[in-house]
Amino acid sequence: MSEATVPRIKLRTSALRAYTMLGALIVIWLFFQWATIDANHPYGLFLGATNFSKLLQQTAVTGVLAVGMLMVIVTGNIDLSVGAIVGLAGGIAAMTQNWGLAPCLASAILVGLAIGLTQGSLITSGSLGPVVGIAVAVIAGFNGYSLRYAIPAAILSALLAMRLQRRLGMYASIPSFIVTLGGLQAWRGFILRLTKGATIPVELPFFRSLGRDFIDPRIGFGMALIAIVLIILTNLRRSRARQRYGLQATSVASTVLRILVPSLAIVGFIFLMNKAGGIPIPVIVLLVVALGGAFLTTNTTFGRFLYAIGGNPDAARLSGINLQRYILLAFCLMGALAGVASILHTARVGSASPDAGTLMELDAIASCVIGGTSLMGGRGTVFGAVLGALILASLDNGMSLLNVENWAQYVVKGGVLVAAVGVDMFGRRKG
Amino acid sequence: MTLLEMKEITKAFPGVKALDGVTFDLNQGEIHALVGENGAGKSTLIKILAGVYPHPEYGGEIVLDGTERRFANVRDSEQAGIAVIYQEMSLVKDLGVAENIFLGRAPRRLGVINWEELFSRAQKLLDDLHLQIDPRTPVRNLGIGQQQLVEIAKALSQNARILVLDEPTAALTDAEVETLFGILNGLRARGVAMIYISHKLDEVFHISDRITVLRDGKTIETNATSDINESRVIAQMVGREVDHIFPETKHVRGETIFEARNVTVEDPSVPGKLLVDDVGFAVSKGEVLGIAGLMGSGRTELLMAIFGAHAGRKSAEIRVEGKQVQIDSPADAIKRGVAFVTEDRKRYGLILDQTILRNMTLAGLRKLSGRFLTDENAEAAAGQRAANELRIKAPSVFTIAGTLSGGNQQKVVLAKWLLTNPRVLFLDEPTRGIDVGAKQEIYAQINRLAEDGLAIVLISSELPEVLGLSDRVIVLHEGRVTGEFTRSEATPEAVMSCATGHARRAA
Repeated sequence: MSEATVPRIKLRTSALRAYTMLGALIVIWLFFQWATIDANHPYGLFLGATNFSKLLQQTAVTGVLAVGMLMVIVTGNIDLSVGAIVGLAGGIAAMTQNWGLAPCLASAILVGLAIGLTQGSLITSGSLGPVVGIAVAVIAGFNGYSLRYAIPAAILSALLAMRLQRRLGMYASIPSFIVTLGGLQAWRGFILRLTKGATIPVELPFFRSLGRDFIDPRIGFGMALIAIVLIILTNLRRSRARQRYGLQATSVASTVLRILVPSLAIVGFIFLMNKAGGIPIPVIVLLVVALGGAFLTTNTTFGRFLYAIGGNPDAARLSGINLQRYILLAFCLMGALAGVASILHTARVGSASPDAGTLMELDAIASCVIGGTSLMGGRGTVFGAVLGALILASLDNGMSLLNVENWAQYVVKGGVLVAAVGVDMFGRRKG
Repeated sequence: MTLLEMKEITKAFPGVKALDGVTFDLNQGEIHALVGENGAGKSTLIKILAGVYPHPEYGGEIVLDGTERRFANVRDSEQAGIAVIYQEMSLVKDLGVAENIFLGRAPRRLGVINWEELFSRAQKLLDDLHLQIDPRTPVRNLGIGQQQLVEIAKALSQNARILVLDEPTAALTDAEVETLFGILNGLRARGVAMIYISHKLDEVFHISDRITVLRDGKTIETNATSDINESRVIAQMVGREVDHIFPETKHVRGETIFEARNVTVEDPSVPGKLLVDDVGFAVSKGEVLGIAGLMGSGRTELLMAIFGAHAGRKSAEIRVEGKQVQIDSPADAIKRGVAFVTEDRKRYGLILDQTILRNMTLAGLRKLSGRFLTDENAEAAAGQRAANELRIKAPSVFTIAGTLSGGNQQKVVLAKWLLTNPRVLFLDEPTRGIDVGAKQEIYAQINRLAEDGLAIVLISSELPEVLGLSDRVIVLHEGRVTGEFTRSEATPEAVMSCATGHARRAA
């Protein structure tokens, strides 16, 4: 009997751990709410519609990066270059804004993707093709050749290099920490060369609005309605499928709770946002990325393989999983998401500066870790990573409201990171 | 003169009695060989002597120089003059020979290492052993054989009087073995006492003064080497009756479904050294083919290479249902219907902090669930069925795999591979470290699967297991096939003779 119950208790504690951080977030929010009570704001300022909307906008960039970072860290790797990618992709987006909105956004995301592919290749197979391609593109670009020639030349030389390398059979994969540490410097170097050290203002109106505007409140309500319908449908499908496979049916009470709790949360959220003018566009982007990331990690074979690779690479390899392919994919996704984050950041700031994105990689890593991700791989959720980003942004925002001095803000954020892991370790030891 | 006596040593692990009243003694200036099958209790005995298992954890007495000693830890045992040279070496590869020999005990002046003295003392030690190695050479640059000799030098620098050598020649070339034996003979003349553990009986007979055979945690006999011969030692090693835990079944052999020919596998860390040298086998539907062989015989490497999971160079011709196929990765193998329950389930088989279900569905995920999207319900249904069939004892399939007992963990790994719907199943040490009840269940499953028409290749260190389950047995010794038997011909003595390289036998 005792033998049979032990694992159950263990499962519960691990679920409990995910909620610990949610509890911590609520404590932080209530504290700032209480601390911002003054004559003008008898109930506090922090959770008011205007500030809350601002808080979520501040979360967006780190949150998007944290989703990508989570997928990389779950495989047991790390990406230190994302801050530099944000800078480089943002700079390129600003420089190409006269091409129009779609091309300039696409170029930012493609630059991120190309960098992710390059770094991922070095980390997994040790393939030098993408490195050669980037080198050719950079040399051609810096020497004034049109992109119409530079890009085909880059792709062609990349393919040639890959063929040559295969013929020679000379491959050496390099640890992700090293590759992305090198990337952190190299990509920053390219920004300086491209922008000549100058800050480029964003003049395309649609581009700027991406970082500042809200969507119409009516659309917000429409989205809420669709979300609630989807929640109801998936729950019904779930219980029907469980019946079909002869699994224990879920109780009516739990089904109702599963529908009611998120629906109420969504409606409350929309009301709050609409009070401040509607949902900010960066927040919509974060929501889409987070939901997409959550779906990818929990409902696809790709996600399952990521956790298996981080959990036990040997067992994963012997189970027929192509480790290189999935780790490479994770780095590509990370790169593309860094491109997305660069757009949000550049639009919000209104210009691309050469040092944009500096240290953002550390915020993204810290978000994952605060949200319960293990740097050893195999453990962590998108929900936790976004929660971590929200906790970091809440600390930033709240302490600014309270006029906490700059130095103290750093100390508090550092302390929270270490304490979060300490609490996790303590819980794990007891569990 | 008797230097060491170990009297009535007992040691129990949860569920297993590893040692059951072992008695062993060692004289000054003697090489005393300790032989027995894998799992006979040799390593456990040595770990007790070395202080790895401290006093109250074992029963019995260790008497050294006439007084009883109770080692609390490895350091105690080292200070008493006992040094163990383990198979996996304990040298720091990036440090030099001299630094390794005096690791943590380097001669110092005012807290600073006195390099002159360090090197001259190391040089003297190496000279005493007639070793031509520069004490400044990084250990990494030495061959395995020379590294082993450095280990011995290190032990002697600590004034070891008792040297324990655990399979010292496993990784050595013939020339290196000669050098080692020369040195051991020199040490014997200087009065050093040695315990020599080896599977290679020819070497044991060549170098030892006395031989003690262990079996099932008991001392069987101790004899002077000159009074005994190899076949008698083999009989003592295997002299256990094949228990009745093997269900008597007749497998109905179908057509040949899987064939591997000319399999050659190179050691990835020692280029040119062949772990498997031109081995081949075929297995039919409904047949259990046993591969017997001692540790280091190349059994695991053979199957790993066929499965596409060997890190070094290899070549093989593989046919599935008569069609030649190319297998370059485990994914290829799975696609061809080959499944592999690897040894060491914690390291190679399971993701310990994921659920039973996640582990069971990992290898066959795309078939069970979906190519890109997963279907948790389909997985849970398939997993639940497999768990019921294999009688996995757990609260649910959502229990974390790491919390299960060894036997149930092994069943989870087996379930994972059965869920890939294989035609050929490789099993490497499927019952290592699990209790007798779970073993019996695994045996019953193997027979059931064979009856269902699966072709099974079974590796086991436990001879009774191979003999009790297999329709045919091939025996490997140092990477080559040294024997092939049908079930009725395969006696423990005959198989062990081939496994120790003592005899050869064609089918």
